[in-house]
Amino acid sequence: MIGKTLFDKLWDSHLVRENEDGTSLLYIDRHLIHEVTSPQAFEGMRLANRSLWRTEANVAVPDHNIPTKDREKGIEDPISKLQVDTLDANCDSFKIKEFKMSNPNQGIVHVIGPEQGLTLPGMTIVCGDSHTSTHGALGALAFGIGTSEVEHVLSTQCLIQQKTKNMLIKVNGELKQGITAKDLILYIIGKIGTAGGTGYAIEFGGDAIKSLSMEGRMTVCNMTIEAGARAGLIAVDQKTLDYVKDKPFSPKGALWTEACEYWETLQSDENAVFDKIIEFNADKINPMVTWGTSPELVTDVENEIPFSSNDKFQLALNYMGLEMGMPIKNILLDKIFIGSCTNSRIEDLREAAKIVDGKKVSDSIKLAMVVPGSGPVKLQAEQEGLDKIFINAGFEWRDPGCSMCLAMNADRLEAGERCASTSNRNFEGRQGQGGRTHLVSPAMAAAAAIKGYFVNVTNADWGN
Amino acid sequence: MDKFQTFTGIVAPLDRANIDTDAIIPKQFLKSIHRTGFGPYLFDEWRYLDHGEPGQDCSDRPLNQDFVLNQERYRNASILLTRENFGCGSSREHAPWALLDFGIKTIIAESFADIFYNNCFKNGILPIALPSEKVESLIEKTKLNIGFSLKVELDKQILIDSNETVIPFDIESFRKDALLNGLDEIGLTLSRVEEIKSFEIDHLKKYPWIFKS
Repeated sequence: MIGKTLFDKLWDSHLVRENEDGTSLLYIDRHLIHEVTSPQAFEGMRLANRSLWRTEANVAVPDHNIPTKDREKGIEDPISKLQVDTLDANCDSFKIKEFKMSNPNQGIVHVIGPEQGLTLPGMTIVCGDSHTSTHGALGALAFGIGTSEVEHVLSTQCLIQQKTKNMLIKVNGELKQGITAKDLILYIIGKIGTAGGTGYAIEFGGDAIKSLSMEGRMTVCNMTIEAGARAGLIAVDQKTLDYVKDKPFSPKGALWTEACEYWETLQSDENAVFDKIIEFNADKINPMVTWGTSPELVTDVENEIPFSSNDKFQLALNYMGLEMGMPIKNILLDKIFIGSCTNSRIEDLREAAKIVDGKKVSDSIKLAMVVPGSGPVKLQAEQEGLDKIFINAGFEWRDPGCSMCLAMNADRLEAGERCASTSNRNFEGRQGQGGRTHLVSPAMAAAAAIKGYFVNVTNADWGN
Repeated sequence: MDKFQTFTGIVAPLDRANIDTDAIIPKQFLKSIHRTGFGPYLFDEWRYLDHGEPGQDCSDRPLNQDFVLNQERYRNASILLTRENFGCGSSREHAPWALLDFGIKTIIAESFADIFYNNCFKNGILPIALPSEKVESLIEKTKLNIGFSLKVELDKQILIDSNETVIPFDIESFRKDALLNGLDEIGLTLSRVEEIKSFEIDHLKKYPWIFKS
């Protein structure tokens, strides 16, 4: 018998029916909701006079518009406030569990799902947000959807889907000392391109992936969408189970034991067939820095911006105010952002704090900010004294939210400002109109804050 | 959703790869709680020279005359022609809403990002993927011929220009049917209520922890 991939197993266990036209009706276990992509879905449901299918499947949190300071004053921007108020009202009226802005567990939707045990292995998870791929790190089939599909899930607990193809990205060997999950995924995107995974669900495997912490795995799966694949997946292992255990909403007692028995089967079979397999060697990877306006325009910190006759290179460099052949280490920065659903978990903050400990943010940096991914991440960091390390160095220590990853709240770049950011997209205007984004790991962003320009954090003497 | 009808429209070339949904509709406009009214802000950062805010009257904003949709010959375009990986990035359905509100009914590209591609069909927009040499040749034609138009016949899966040149395209049958019939997908799924309920009962038995939170 032909073996099944992890994706096949997850798909098959949620298949309500296969239609003659090649589509399938897929059952959705968990639906995560935020304020930006849901109001029109709730409105649509009301207009069509339809009811919510299964209330407990839904969990909501406002994150995109939320202020990261002076939160007690409320949301200043009336349009942002209306959007958050609308989410609150919709959740109240449909009795959906919501972590409101004032809730100590509020945070970025893709941080709180796993943190609260609302994301469990083996689930199908959707959200009106492309970075839903993050949850695949726990062996769940998770992908982003549009607002029409948000309405579809609210009303039916199902989605009409066409099965995507299977890709395996195998990263062999060990990452060098100081190289992070962020460097790894940026390296992969640089190799396969932003459309390299279009039409596929990508499973990440190999020793380098197995060695990653759960936080690191979430970083990798989070950015799978930047390689074009809606879903990223990593097989369940002991680390997954240890992470899920004793989370507020994870199963307990006999149910825990029963769940673990099933979750332990969530790997691709030995003889599973993938439509495409790509292998990389982990020891080739150095700290990575994007220099363009797409995550695929990335290189190693020791390199120069590559020469190319490709139009898209020149277009990107014009926007970025950079030139071909310029060393990455010569790029001067204005702002530093450590946060986002890619890199705002406790491990990310520890990595960054280790770099800045006892040092000062460069005078040339206008603003360096740390935005923890959730209330519990913030609290944990404060218990470990990380907040003091950041504040003493000159960083601002903020409240949780999406913040300057997409600048829907007040945190943004001004035109021409250049930022080292631990987020996921360096698109034109993403962090503010005219703003210039360089995607890096938390350690690289932290070191860039200290020096005012990029350095190779894996060199012991980077601080000199 | 309205049924997709055969139409003839002006083609505007947006000669650029990897156009992301942040470019199609910037973040500040996502604060709206409505589905309509995004058209004036389509490609806002490329289309205007100033910074746009939601609700702003765009009629007297300074236009970027270099941007293709601001050029007189393309102002009434209903077909957008572009390069690979169109619609990458954020899942925001505000992107197809903005395109539709502007008047774009068909997008021809070398390739599309998955979520955006899917979102188009939910809104009656037909995305057509063509090989790069076909896109290249169409871009040439739009530049050489003012008012270059294509007739889009979805039922026959063809594009026809004024010289009667026919360009066939592929589309999955379920997607074609959905557009042609203006299908209510949620209604379709709800016609399977019994099947979903019976699946759910079985699912609950197998994986009871999913239903505990």
